[in-house]
Amino acid sequence: MVAVADQLFKALADPTRRTILDELTEKSGQTLFEICSRLSMRHRLGISRQAVSQHLAVLESAGLVETRREGRYKFHDLNTAPLRHIAERWPLPDASGPEGNTP
Amino acid sequence: MKIHMTSVFVDDQAQAEQFYTEVLGFVKKHDVPVGESDRWLTVVSPDEPDGTELLLEPAAHPAARTYRDALVKDGIPLAQFAVQDVQAEYQRLRGLGVRFTQDPLEMGPVTTAVLDDTCGNLIQIATVPQ
Repeated sequence: MVAVADQLFKALADPTRRTILDELTEKSGQTLFEICSRLSMRHRLGISRQAVSQHLAVLESAGLVETRREGRYKFHDLNTAPLRHIAERWPLPDASGPEGNTP
Repeated sequence: MKIHMTSVFVDDQAQAEQFYTEVLGFVKKHDVPVGESDRWLTVVSPDEPDGTELLLEPAAHPAARTYRDALVKDGIPLAQFAVQDVQAEYQRLRGLGVRFTQDPLEMGPVTTAVLDDTCGNLIQIATVPQ
C-alpha cells in the first residue's frame, strides 16, 4: 500500500506527467506519436520522444496509464482508479451532508 | 534543387496501387516492370499531375520491415499529405473502412489525423493554413 502511494505521488508530482493525464482525459487511447504531438504543439513542450516514453512508464507503474496492443499499434489509456487511494486516505468533505461546506 | 519524387515501402504493390488510387484518390503515373515481379510504380495527385511523384516501393529488404513495424507501433507516420479539410476526408475515408490511429486533432493552426495505408505504413493527413 505504501509502495502504491509512493508511485502514485511520484507520478503526479511532475507537471509534464500531469499534462499527459490532461490530454488523455480529453481523449483516451492515444499512440506515443499523438501524445508527443499534443505536448509539443499544444503545450510548446520541447521534450524528446524518449523522455515522453519515460514519463509514460512512470505513469504506467502508478497504474494511471494502461497500454493496450491492438494489432500492430500500441495505445495508451487513462485509468483514474488509483486516484481513489487519495480520497480514501484523506476523505473529502461530504457536500450533501448536514455539515457540508457548501457556501 | 527540387523534390521530384519520394517513396514509401509497401508490403504488396498491387494492394498499394488499389489503396493509393481507389481509396486515397491519387492517379497512377508510371508502372514499369522491374526484375522478376517488382514494378516501378508511382502515383501523383490528380490536382498536380506533374507534381511530386510518390514511389510505392516493395518492402522486400528485411530491415524495412523492422523499421516500419517499430514506427507503426508508436503511431509515427512515414509521410504527410495535404488535404482541404481533414475532418471531411476523415469521414470519407472512415466510410471506406480506413483505420485511423489518430482521429482529427486540432493543434493551433494545423489539424492532423493519422491513418493506416494497409501496406505497412501510417500516413498523416493535414490541413495547413493557406
